Amino acid sequence: MKAADVILEALKREGVDTIFGFPGGVLLSLYDAIYDSDIKHILARHEQGAGHAADGYARASGKVGVCLATSGPGATNLVTPIANAYMDSVPMVAITGQVSRHLIGLDSFQEADVTGITLPIVKHSYLVKDAAILPRIIREAFYIAGTGRPGPVVIDIPVDVTKEEMEYDPKVLPAMDLPGYKPTVKGHPKQVKEAARLIAKAERPMIYAGGGVITAEASHELRELALRGRIPVTTTLIGKGAFPEDHDLSMGMLGMHGTQYANYAMSRADLVIAVGVRFGDRVTGNIAAFAPEAKFIHVDLDPAEISKNVTVDVPIVGDAKKVLTDLLIEVEKLGLSPDSHLPWTEQVEGWKRDHPLVAKVSEDGEIIPEVAVRKIWEVSRGEAVVCTEVGQNQMWAALHYLSRHPRRFISSGGLGTMGFGFPAAIGAQVACPDALVLDIAGDGSFQMTIQELATAVQFCLPVKVCILNNQYLGMVRQWQELFWNKRYSQTCVECQPDFVKVAEAYGAEGYRATRTEELEEVLRTAFASDRPAVIDIRVKREANVFPMIPAGGSVHDMMEREP
Amino acid sequence: MKHTLSVLVENKPGVLTRVAGLFARRGFNIESLVVAETENPLVSRMTITVDEEDHTVEQVGKQLHKLINVLKITDLDPAGSVERELLLLKVKADAQSRSEIMQIVEIFRAKIVDVSSAVIIIEMTGTRDKVSAFMELMKPFGVVELMRTGRMAMSRGKRPT
Repeated sequence: MKAADVILEALKREGVDTIFGFPGGVLLSLYDAIYDSDIKHILARHEQGAGHAADGYARASGKVGVCLATSGPGATNLVTPIANAYMDSVPMVAITGQVSRHLIGLDSFQEADVTGITLPIVKHSYLVKDAAILPRIIREAFYIAGTGRPGPVVIDIPVDVTKEEMEYDPKVLPAMDLPGYKPTVKGHPKQVKEAARLIAKAERPMIYAGGGVITAEASHELRELALRGRIPVTTTLIGKGAFPEDHDLSMGMLGMHGTQYANYAMSRADLVIAVGVRFGDRVTGNIAAFAPEAKFIHVDLDPAEISKNVTVDVPIVGDAKKVLTDLLIEVEKLGLSPDSHLPWTEQVEGWKRDHPLVAKVSEDGEIIPEVAVRKIWEVSRGEAVVCTEVGQNQMWAALHYLSRHPRRFISSGGLGTMGFGFPAAIGAQVACPDALVLDIAGDGSFQMTIQELATAVQFCLPVKVCILNNQYLGMVRQWQELFWNKRYSQTCVECQPDFVKVAEAYGAEGYRATRTEELEEVLRTAFASDRPAVIDIRVKREANVFPMIPAGGSVHDMMEREP
Repeated sequence: MKHTLSVLVENKPGVLTRVAGLFARRGFNIESLVVAETENPLVSRMTITVDEEDHTVEQVGKQLHKLINVLKITDLDPAGSVERELLLLKVKADAQSRSEIMQIVEIFRAKIVDVSSAVIIIEMTGTRDKVSAFMELMKPFGVVELMRTGRMAMSRGKRPT
């Protein structure tokens, strides 16, 4: 059997049904095999699009996403998606073509040291110099990418390797050779008991949940814990949907652009139960002033996250689902009840009531971005899979599109990649063919991967791009307004294409809304269509994202609304 | 504070780059690094000396653990381990100074491994402090060139490092 066919067989055995890729010279043998394969290949229009689509597919489905790019520039175009997946712990296998073995190291045509370039941004990587080990490498790559703290794995395969003839028996499962990889899954029982004790005796506990809860599929257990003790829950951007945001215990997102009530509650909490989070700087701000009165319980699968940014009192290394299951048993024994923290719960609810998020309709009919996002939520009944770009659009979406379920809010958190949302939405639509998939976008970000409209149209993926168009690179402009004397250096992008015409030119549908009263009708029409659509929503140009805690600040520095 | 990390890794291409890259990326400074095969040809040992806060070293260890090819990490306790460094030193030695140099060599249990008309090459092993002390004493004679391997260390007692 030819090695190229073996690669596809091995991928199938890992449960791969879709590859996002872009062909090239050194991939000819592999693409020839794809021609006859029953694995679906989604042809992106740029390797970055293929990479982010695999990312979106992985986040929406929980499976390992697979992308494929040719050697040299094809592979370097995957660098951003690989880094993005690494920062947000997304399971991904990136397969790259490489020049022939005898040409490696000679600066050959379209040669790049891909395993070298991606070294700091992968969970692991392979350069396969022998076809015989391909089945084992592919099995290991999927195992590493998808277990423990997930992450991207690169498999770089020289073209001559893909052309080799080799023995392959699909019934024989190749043995893995990973003596150094043993992800811990079960939390230490003594630590779990100690955590339960702290929870039971705390007066002002808060749950701070992140992407780890979603990865571990631990939303149910998290909700049980929150309800059992009526403990308020705040989530990170990546953790959105880990707890239903329309629940009265939900405090929404915390941190730089978090809700006032989440940040107030964190600043007064005497116990923070952190689950699947990494105390990132966008969450903590000034680390010394972060939850200053609290003890910390930190549940995470990655021991390196424990006490990396804050010193924690009760570290528990383990899978969030398993640890929370054990924790529920322990708190039950200690008699944790919904009244256990009653005055606190009432105080937090008071903050939520007194400092709500604002989305006020403008009297002159101009579309306020927050109002647009809430309208999108309403028309999609809060059930869409929402991807976002990066910047103001992302924060407005995070604050105002309440997520009810895990894997329904997909955003580039750690790396903050503009241009991520649209290809990610394409991937999510492949993973969820029957769902309404939205990309809440900015005009700046969308133009970074706008070419993927061709992909959406070709593969009949009816993604709806909702551009909150303010003709600015809005988040940077906001910082320039607030901290740089309104010197809008290079952030005014009035020169932009007619997005409606662009959409139509690609064969998608284009819509525009310029006034609040038009919004609902436009959204309904676009969402009802079975074709991809771009909705150009002209919003108030200099609207800002509030609340906001400036970088490195604390809750005391919070700007609540427009000054 | 100085720490000596003894790291067992799979003996595969690229592993050194992964380890060194990790140190660079996370902003940890390597003071010395010794790498060679162990009694098991599939496994190499890296002895890495770092001068960092305890908290930082703990973080280094955890990040190293995440590398798939890293098998085991030990932060060696100086009292519970034996430490050696190898030094090769080329020093100016004329008829006058030669005997004095030889005396010092004797005291430090070093060895003269090459002699020419103007210089001699000395080999010595010892702890880092001993090696440094020896180097200080050699300086006045005129050190032409010196090489040291960096620290190797092995834990005392029955348990392997």
